[in-house]
Amino acid sequence: MAEPMGTISGNRGLQIEEPLIFEQGSPVKTAVDLPPANPPKGSDRLGSARRRGPIGLPGLSEPEAVRHYLRLSQMNYSIDSGLFPLGSCTMKHNPRLNESVVRLPGLGDLHPLQPVSTVQGALALIHELAHWLKTLTGLPAVAMSPGAGAHGELVGLMTIRAALESRGDPRKRVLVPESAHGTNPATAAACGYVVEAIPADARGRVDLAALRTKLGPDVAAIMVTNPNTCGLFETDMQHIADAVHAHGAFFYCDGANFNAIVGRVRPGDLGIDGMHINLHKTFSTPHGGGGPGSGPVVLSKELARFAPVAYVVEDDGGFSLVEHEMHSDGKPIGRIKGFHGQFGMFVRALAYMMSMGGDGLRQASADAVLNANYILAELRDDLSAPFPGSCMHEAVFDDRFLKDTGVTTLDFAKALIDEGIHPMTVYFPLVVHGAMLIEPTETESKASLDQFVRTLRGLAQRAKAGHCTYFHEAPRMAPRRRLDETRAARNPVLRWRPGSNPVTASKIGKAAE
Amino acid sequence: MRYLPLTDDDRNAMLAAIGVGSIEDLFGDVPPTARLQGPIDLPPHQDEMSVERTFRAFAARNLSPSAAPCFLGAGTYRHHIPAAVDHLIQRGEFLTAYTPYQPEIAQGTLQYLFEFQTQVALITGMDVANASLYDGATACAEAVLMSGRITKRKRVVLSGGLHPHYRATAETYCRFLGFHSVSLPPSWAGDEDPADRIDGDTACVVVQNPDVFGRVRDYSDLAQACHGQGALLVIVVNEVVSLGALLSPGEMAADIVAGEGQSLGNAPSFGGPTVGLLAARARFVRQMPGRLVGETVDADGRRGYVLTLSTREQHIRREKATSNICTNSGLCALAFTIHATLLGEAGFTRLAELNHGRACALVERLAEVPGVSLLNETFFNEVTLQLPTAAADVVERMAGKGVLGGVPVSRLLPAWPEVDRLVLVATTETNSDGDMDAFVAALRESL
Repeated sequence: MAEPMGTISGNRGLQIEEPLIFEQGSPVKTAVDLPPANPPKGSDRLGSARRRGPIGLPGLSEPEAVRHYLRLSQMNYSIDSGLFPLGSCTMKHNPRLNESVVRLPGLGDLHPLQPVSTVQGALALIHELAHWLKTLTGLPAVAMSPGAGAHGELVGLMTIRAALESRGDPRKRVLVPESAHGTNPATAAACGYVVEAIPADARGRVDLAALRTKLGPDVAAIMVTNPNTCGLFETDMQHIADAVHAHGAFFYCDGANFNAIVGRVRPGDLGIDGMHINLHKTFSTPHGGGGPGSGPVVLSKELARFAPVAYVVEDDGGFSLVEHEMHSDGKPIGRIKGFHGQFGMFVRALAYMMSMGGDGLRQASADAVLNANYILAELRDDLSAPFPGSCMHEAVFDDRFLKDTGVTTLDFAKALIDEGIHPMTVYFPLVVHGAMLIEPTETESKASLDQFVRTLRGLAQRAKAGHCTYFHEAPRMAPRRRLDETRAARNPVLRWRPGSNPVTASKIGKAAE
Repeated sequence: MRYLPLTDDDRNAMLAAIGVGSIEDLFGDVPPTARLQGPIDLPPHQDEMSVERTFRAFAARNLSPSAAPCFLGAGTYRHHIPAAVDHLIQRGEFLTAYTPYQPEIAQGTLQYLFEFQTQVALITGMDVANASLYDGATACAEAVLMSGRITKRKRVVLSGGLHPHYRATAETYCRFLGFHSVSLPPSWAGDEDPADRIDGDTACVVVQNPDVFGRVRDYSDLAQACHGQGALLVIVVNEVVSLGALLSPGEMAADIVAGEGQSLGNAPSFGGPTVGLLAARARFVRQMPGRLVGETVDADGRRGYVLTLSTREQHIRREKATSNICTNSGLCALAFTIHATLLGEAGFTRLAELNHGRACALVERLAEVPGVSLLNETFFNEVTLQLPTAAADVVERMAGKGVLGGVPVSRLLPAWPEVDRLVLVATTETNSDGDMDAFVAALRESL
C-alpha cells in the first residue's frame, strides 16, 4: 500500500486551512466585555419594533477571533509581501507614518457634524490638500467629496452635463477611446449619455482622425485616460483639446495614471476641463483589499461652479463648510455622498505629499517611468511588446511570444504565483491581444526588478520549450489551486447558511492524497 | 526621500540598459509645450518628525470627541472599537492588498468578504449582501437605481424621515439618471404615511429606521402597501447597532436594505471613509451593484472564494454595466466584520441593549432641564429635543464649555425654519454617567 502523501488536517506546514467563523465558536461566547446596561426601570422605548428572534451570529472569544483573522491575512499577497505589478492599479508602498497620523485624537475621532468652530484644523487640512492637488494639476478648483475614482468620474460627468444644460445646450453623446478604463463608458452611460468608442491607432493612441469624424454638435464630452492604459502618453492631447473645445464639448481625463506625470505635466496645461485623482493610487493611501478609495475631481473654472456640496471655503475668520446648495454661490449638482468626503484618505495623502515634497513627487514620477522602461527594455526580446518606443509608468506586452506553445496569458500569470510574485494585470487593455500590463511603480528597487525580469525570462523560456502542463497546473504552491469561477457564477453561493458547506474531512482527505 | 529605493548609480545603470541618456528622454512623448518648466511651486520633502508635528498641529486646532463628552449622531456614531480590530486591519497583508483579482493568493480578503456578506445578510434579515459600497448615502442611491432596474419604473418616493444627506444624494442620482423623485416633507412630527404616495409607476419607497429624528417603527404594513402596487420597499439603516434590538428590515418584508456600517469597527473619521451596506432578496442579486464574493472549489476540490457575477460589472460590460462602481470599502468592511465577530450574537444584542439603556437614562435625566421637551414616542439611541431657543446657538455655547451636545436639525435642514429649535442627541455605550452630568449641566447653562 502506498504511503499517504497529504496531511490529515489539510494544512501544509504554516499554510493553515481556516474554517469560516460560522463553523466555529458558540452563540453564547463573546470577545467583548461590556459594562452593565442598568437601564432605568420600565424604560423600553422600542415599541412594536423590538426584535423577537435570534440573529444567528457566531460567538468567538478574543483569542479565537484574533487567530482567525491572522490566519486569513496569511492567505493574502500584498504590497508589503512583495512586488505587486498590477498595471493601472499603482500598487506602491503604503507608508506607516500615514497610518499613525490619521489615528491622532483630533483627526480620526472627529465627528462630521461637530460645530464648524471645533474643526478648524480639519478644514485647514482639507484646504491644504486641495491646494496641493490644484498646484499639481494646474486646474483652479477641486471637488473633494467623491468616494472613489469611479465616483469622481461620475461627478465629473455630472458637472459637464450641468454646465451644458445651463447653457441650454444639452447633448447626447460621450466619446470614449478603446484604451480607456472600463469605468469610463460605464460612467458615461450611468450619467445618461450614449457612449461611442474611438479606436486606437497603430501607435496605441487615440486615433485623432477618427475622433475628428465623430465630433459634432451633440457630443458632450470626450473621456481620455492619460497616460493611457497602453502605458503611453497621448501625444496629441492639445490637438484633442482644441478639436473638442471647437465643437463646444468638454475634455474629461481619467487621472488614474497620474502617477507617471506628477510634477512634470499639469493636466490643466493640456486643455483638460476635469480629471479625478485616485488618492489611493497616486498618493499612497492603502488599497485595503479593494478600498476605501477617494476620488477628488479637479475642475476648470467653467465647471467649478457646478461642484457638489459639501466643500470648504476660506473666509476672514477661518474656514467654513458649504453643506447645502442653498448656501452656495455657484450652482452645485447637489450632494453625491454623505458628509464631506473621505477625510481619512485626505490625511494619508497629505502626509505622503508633505513627506515627498514637490521635489520628491517629481523624482517619484521619474523613477516610476524609469522602472517601467527598464522592464520594457529588459524583456522586449523575451516577451513581445506591441508598440515601439518607450512607455510611461507601465509596460504592456502581448501574447505573441506564447504563440503555438499551448500556454495562455492566464497560464503565464498563474505561474508567477508559484514564484512568489503577484501577477501583472492580464487581458487589459482590451486593444492588446492577450495583454500583460506591468506597473512596477517607483517604490521598487533595482534588485527587485532584476529578480522579476529573471523570473519572467525563465518562464518565457519554459513556455517556449513546450512545458505547457507546468503552466496549465499552476499555481501549485498557493493557498488554492485554480478556482472554478464558472461554477461560482452559475450556482452563486454568496453567503454561509446553517448546515451548508462544511469543510468535510473527506474533502480535505481527498485533496491531501 | 525615504520611500524611493533607487540610488543614482541604479538610475544610471538602468538608463544605460534602456539605451537613453537621461530621464528627460523617457518623457520624449510629452510635447515640450506640455512639460512643466522649472520646479513645482510646493514645499520640499520633509523628515518624518516634521510631518508628524504638522499633523499634531492640525489635530490641536480641533476639539477631539475623545476628550469631550460627545452626544453627536445623525448618521455617524461613536462606539468603542475593541483594540483587536485596529491591530488586525493594520496587518500589511490586509492593509496593502488590492482587489482580489488573483483569487489563489487573495483567499484572506475573499473569505472575510464572504463572512461580511453573511453577517450583513443575517443582521439585516435579508438573503444576500454585497461586499460593500462607498457609504450609506451612496448605498441608498444605488438601492433606488436598483429598484428601477427591477421594476422597470422610474418614480421614487423618499421619506421625510430619511437622513437629509441620503435624500440629497438620492435626488442627485435620480436627476441625472432620469428618475423622478418625490421627496416627502421632513417628518419631525412623525405623522408621515408614505403608503398614500404609492402608485402604479412607483419603483420604490425609501424609509429609514430609526429615522433621522430617532424614531423606530415596524414598517411591515408599508411593505404590504408597496407590494400591493408592485413597488419595492427600501429600508435604510444608518445606525447598524440598532439591529441588535430591533426587528430586522427582512422581518418587515423589505426588498432592499441600504445601510451605513461605520458603527461597527470604524472610527467617525470626520465622515469618511466608512462602509456602505447593501442587502436584498436573493431574486434581485443580478441587479445588485458592486462586488460580490462567491464560494466555489479549486482544481483539487477544496473550498475557496472568488469575485463572482462580474458580468454585471463595468470591467466586463462597460456601457451596459449595472453600475460604474469600481472600488468597494474593503478595509472598512474588514473592520466591520472583525468587530461583529468579536461581539458575536451575545455581544451584539447586549451592545444594542446597552445603547438603548443609555439613551433611556439620558431621557430620564432631561426632566431636570426646564424648557426642554422630547419629540420621540419611540427611539433606539438617538432622540430629538425641542429647546426654548435656537438649537445651533445652544450647541455652539455647549461646545464652548467643552461638551459636544448634539446636532442642530437646522444644520441638516436649513430650508425649514420650523426645525430651528430641534436638536438631535445620540447616546452610545461610550457615554458615561459623568458625560451625562456634563451634558445636563452644559445644556442648562446654555439655554
